[in-house]
Amino acid sequence: MKKTIVAVAALLLGTSSVYAEVIAPKNVVYQDGAVSKSLTGVAGDPAAGRKAFLNRKQGNCLACHVNSDMADQPFHGEVGPSLDGVATRWSEAELRGIVSNSKKTFEGTIMPAFYIDSGYNRPLDKFAGKSILTAQQVEDIVAYLMTLKTE
Amino acid sequence: MGFKPFVTTALAIMGMAFAAQADENAKLVIDGQTMITQTKAPAFVENLDEIYSGWVFRSDETQALQLDDFDNPGFVFLDQGIDLFNTVDGSEGKSCASCHENVEDFAGLRAKMPRIKDGKLQTMEEQVNECRTTRMGAEPWKYSGSQMTAVTALISLQSRGMPVDVAVDGAAAPFWEKGKEIYYTRYGQLDLACANCHEDNYDTMIRADHLSQGQVNGFPTYRLKNAKLNSIQGRFKGCMKNVRAKPFKEGSEEFKALELYVASRGNGLSVESPSVRN
Ligand code: HEC
Ligand code: HEC
Repeated sequence: MKKTIVAVAALLLGTSSVYAEVIAPKNVVYQDGAVSKSLTGVAGDPAAGRKAFLNRKQGNCLACHVNSDMADQPFHGEVGPSLDGVATRWSEAELRGIVSNSKKTFEGTIMPAFYIDSGYNRPLDKFAGKSILTAQQVEDIVAYLMTLKTE
Repeated sequence: MGFKPFVTTALAIMGMAFAAQADENAKLVIDGQTMITQTKAPAFVENLDEIYSGWVFRSDETQALQLDDFDNPGFVFLDQGIDLFNTVDGSEGKSCASCHENVEDFAGLRAKMPRIKDGKLQTMEEQVNECRTTRMGAEPWKYSGSQMTAVTALISLQSRGMPVDVAVDGAAAPFWEKGKEIYYTRYGQLDLACANCHEDNYDTMIRADHLSQGQVNGFPTYRLKNAKLNSIQGRFKGCMKNVRAKPFKEGSEEFKALELYVASRGNGLSVESPSVRN
């Protein structure tokens, strides 16, 4: 039922039916902060996720988080906790929820919500109505985070 | 104070990720005069015990540039400021110097700005443009243009070493309250408030930047990044754009109120203009 609604919405927005599976930001279902359903139905690519994590115009996650897997990169941020072994602490669904909208997990957090597209206060025109990451970038980053396990 | 990721990681594991901690013992002495770069926070600043000049958080190399006016690249622009101060412009055939014979007479002004004048909140830029338009019959300068920053730097230098002391009560109170509200409001696609970075997270690294308290006691500031003097509200604009927010306009009621509030958070720190930052 939900799938049909998304598909119809996608058609109305003029999106190709190939992407009919993409869940729009406002339709993401959170359960205690976690999102169990893939946002795209396409498995995330950890290599692409690693790039989006680093990219200053995409995740820019390194701005706030130390990540030993990227020890070759200078300047790891210290605003958030280290992400070493993060997949040992959180499940895939929890990580998808934290990346999509961390405010559902950490109330009042400074970490930006990467998959919402409304509720912004004075956004620059070019970012208004848009999410920071695309649904697939979220999936890719979650797939990458899932590789960060402590032995 | 170089930043070494692997050291930080090791420290982070031990639960203390502060490799880039500010050197609180570093002293800023210019021309024999010791600047107050750290002091008790004013009582009305709710969430800070101590306040620090942005100088404290800069690298050793950047800090060094401010120790000697010959090394301080901002002083090139001060020479331009002196020329502009003495240049006749406008229909009345006057320069700033026609009314203000000694620029030294401006000692103390920077420390009090922005201030209330005739019931309105006034920034130094507005005062300069008021003189230009009403007394000189000249065109106003662009709010953060090179002429304006050169002259406000010259005027501000006369207060160097004096403690910031802007008024927050009386007629200033409603403006101050408004500025405070803006300071704590989250803006932009990244949904961050000034306080999120400069109060909650000062003295931590945000990627390559060592976050300061975002104090304005050093303005106008020479930035290595753009090799010019930068105004207070120009900096506010930059920080808002960084969180992908539509900045308020320079000279707007919002930015003036924010300037008053932010300046007041630095009450007690020395005026350092023109400071050097990256
Ligand atoms: C502006 C800072 C900031 C940015 C950018 C940021 N985060 Fe965070 N993140 C935080 C903070 C702060 C927390 C801690 C949550 C809290 O208590 O507020 C956090 C928590 C987390 C956690 C939970 C960690 C744990 O072990 O509990 C994960 C996972 C995470 N972030 C992933 C990411 C990813 C992936 C990105 C980029 C797509 C990112 N973050 C970008 C600040 C940030
Ligand atoms: C995402 C983080 C972030 C936010 C939010 C932010 N800033 Fe900044 N700000 C920085 C960084 C990084 C710098 C450069 C390093 C430093 O001085 O902290 C800076 C520098 C400054 C400076 C220069 C300080 C100096 O010593 O020269 C001022 C003033 C300032 N910010 C004010 C503000 C105000 C006012 C706001 C809200 C409108 C704001 N900032 C929001 C990150 C931020």
